[in-house]
Amino acid sequence: MVHKSADKKLLSELRSFLGDRARDGDFELGLYAKDGSVLKGDPMIVCLPTSTEEVQQIILACRRYDRPFLARGSGTGLAGGAVPVGDPVVIATAKMNKILDIDIDNRIAWVEPGVLNLDLSRELSPLGFHFAPDPSSQQVCSIGGNVANNSGGPHCLAYGVTSAHVAAIEVVLPDGRVALLGDLTAESPGYDLRGLFIGSEGTMGVATKVAVRLTPNPPEVRTLLLDFADVRDGAAAVSSIIANGLIPAALEMMDQRAIEIVEAFVNAGYPTEADAVLLVELDGLPGGVEHGVEVVRAVANRHQVGSVRVAADDAERALLWKGRKNAFGAVARIKPDYYLHDTVVPRGKLVEVLEKVYQIADAYDLIAVNVFHAGDGNLHPILAYDSEEKGVLERVQAAGRAIVTASIEAGGVLSGEHGIGLEKRDYMGMLFSAHDMATQDLVREAFDPDGFANPLKVLPSGSRCSDSFGQHVPDGAWV
Amino acid sequence: MSRVEDIDQEVLEFAKIVGKSGPVTVVGGRTQWAVGGPPEPGTREVRAPAGIWSHEPEEMTVRCGGGTTLGELSEQLAHHGQMVPFDMPAEATVGGVLAVGHSGLRRLRYGDIRDFVLQIRHVDHTGQIVSSGGPTVKNVSGYDLCRLMVGSLGKFGCIAEVTLRCLPIPAITRWFTGILDPFEVHNQLYRPSSILWDGNRVWVCIEGVLSDVAAQAAIFDFEEVAGPPSLPAGGRLAIEPKGLRTHKQESDQSWIAEVGVGLIHTDLPAAQRHINDVNVSLMEELEERLNPNNRLNPGRQVLI
Repeated sequence: MVHKSADKKLLSELRSFLGDRARDGDFELGLYAKDGSVLKGDPMIVCLPTSTEEVQQIILACRRYDRPFLARGSGTGLAGGAVPVGDPVVIATAKMNKILDIDIDNRIAWVEPGVLNLDLSRELSPLGFHFAPDPSSQQVCSIGGNVANNSGGPHCLAYGVTSAHVAAIEVVLPDGRVALLGDLTAESPGYDLRGLFIGSEGTMGVATKVAVRLTPNPPEVRTLLLDFADVRDGAAAVSSIIANGLIPAALEMMDQRAIEIVEAFVNAGYPTEADAVLLVELDGLPGGVEHGVEVVRAVANRHQVGSVRVAADDAERALLWKGRKNAFGAVARIKPDYYLHDTVVPRGKLVEVLEKVYQIADAYDLIAVNVFHAGDGNLHPILAYDSEEKGVLERVQAAGRAIVTASIEAGGVLSGEHGIGLEKRDYMGMLFSAHDMATQDLVREAFDPDGFANPLKVLPSGSRCSDSFGQHVPDGAWV
Repeated sequence: MSRVEDIDQEVLEFAKIVGKSGPVTVVGGRTQWAVGGPPEPGTREVRAPAGIWSHEPEEMTVRCGGGTTLGELSEQLAHHGQMVPFDMPAEATVGGVLAVGHSGLRRLRYGDIRDFVLQIRHVDHTGQIVSSGGPTVKNVSGYDLCRLMVGSLGKFGCIAEVTLRCLPIPAITRWFTGILDPFEVHNQLYRPSSILWDGNRVWVCIEGVLSDVAAQAAIFDFEEVAGPPSLPAGGRLAIEPKGLRTHKQESDQSWIAEVGVGLIHTDLPAAQRHINDVNVSLMEELEERLNPNNRLNPGRQVLI
């Protein structure tokens, strides 16, 4: 509940046009205090707008009362990007969930930000198209959230991440103006503001309409499950498949513990005795798919594959994918809580970093489960734990930092698809110099000089641009 | 990583050459030099370092100096059966092509060139090196300055080093032609690499394994040709892809359009496209911050 008189005035102003879609009940606020991460924030008011105009009015009201705001999709983000800090007004896009127009001739769909990823692809399917990014959370994550995080998913290996699949975005800027970033042409004039906005985690404004590109459904799809007695062979097979000039539609890996948990959960016939499995999907025209299957078989044989199972039909394929996409939920079978990490390393370093992940988990007395996008080197170590255990969160966080450090040391990056948010904000200095971050802040500032949009995310405090552009910087200090 | 010890000597030297003051422009292969207009007279011309610094075939990534020509890059990648489908002249440089931001003829299948960029190191207006993106094929660490650099005509910095994602060279690349309805061709073929149309004749690029290419080509009454027609080089006009359906009636000059993409190559320069006031103001805010004294490519204009 809001208490201060200025906040009460803001609430009543918001209610004047939102009615009961501006809320401050303690139960309601509690729902918006967290996202998919373990971090917790403090929302002041939650708004559920239904139109661009309402989003604009909310932002203008926030500006009048000097209140930051934060857009939120489904809250499935894992880096704390949607965790409200600094007592912001939460702008939840859940009620902006209409597919506005499907334009087959332009291969574009205009959607509102609250449309769920899988709902969109289901709607497009009878027309022969889909939206290519497919995060594991696709049943519940929103397109607006995908834009904010430049989301990926298993099929991004061949099709690319969200940025490649969004043509234009209508945005309410942090000063309340409405802008259309990008357009439906292939070369929109001026600088690529669209590309900059995607992945900016809500710090440059609130997306209110998104023009997504439609990808034709492949005429042929083949899904293979390969098992290996040694995870090192599985990882070597991943590099070898790619080095053989094949980019599968998806190339996913699960380690032994993940296989066991998933199999108990979905009964897909995963080989529980294997040290690792690869889930490989090939799609496209029949000849290319057939050729791909042969390449995968040949490579797998060279790397001591146990067996190669080819899904016989759509039902079996769906079952294999069900195991992969529900792996995180299945972890609850061993521990009630989990912390899901997200780093990327060169494919050639997968084994080395995986071994480090196991060592780190052992050192902190945690259980590590690995289910990940092996094809693009995107690791997702899951640290399973019981939050009732005293001091366990500190161990989980320390282990997380060690995993990120190991990934960076192997030539990797901080995040493949979950973003920086709050979770990795203070790790940015592992990858970027102070001057790099100051330059990023300059760019953010061009959109939001006063820091009203999702404050305190992405860049660590102290990385403000003024720090490194002044005359006092000695020569070569930050080169 | 962008710590001083991780940055190549060539990049450090390039930063010194760019320096801290005075108008400066980076010259590449001059293949698209006219885009955005020439830099002001007296602007110092510099060249970005050239050379392929690392190519890891199993990672399908390549890191090179911004001054590397596409010819050199393609030759290196082809040794390993890989490519970066920029489809620009061999003498064009990687940095130059990205600074201009125009994609090549096979964009219909492979997408925009900006989506091949993983990491860029540029020298900013203060002479300091800025790294953005990351070396891996997937990365969402920090703001996506790489996207902003592509198509910025060097107004935000001098591109020194680029890391790109590569693709396997398809087994077969074939061009076909026929007098056909280009929109029907677009609807019937599965992800062709290019569909060109001059209002009458259609040219199609189909790639993949032989059996697929043959089966796709057999859908229409095509005749095989050696390659694409030469394109009018006067201008480029980008419209909504479906706008091409009515373009035919409107136009009286010769043109070739990329169907499904909506890009029209014309003999005469295309009209400047309007940018609305809100976007102009955002873009100006960026210019003020990233090029405050307009020392980077003065005279050359992204915003008209």
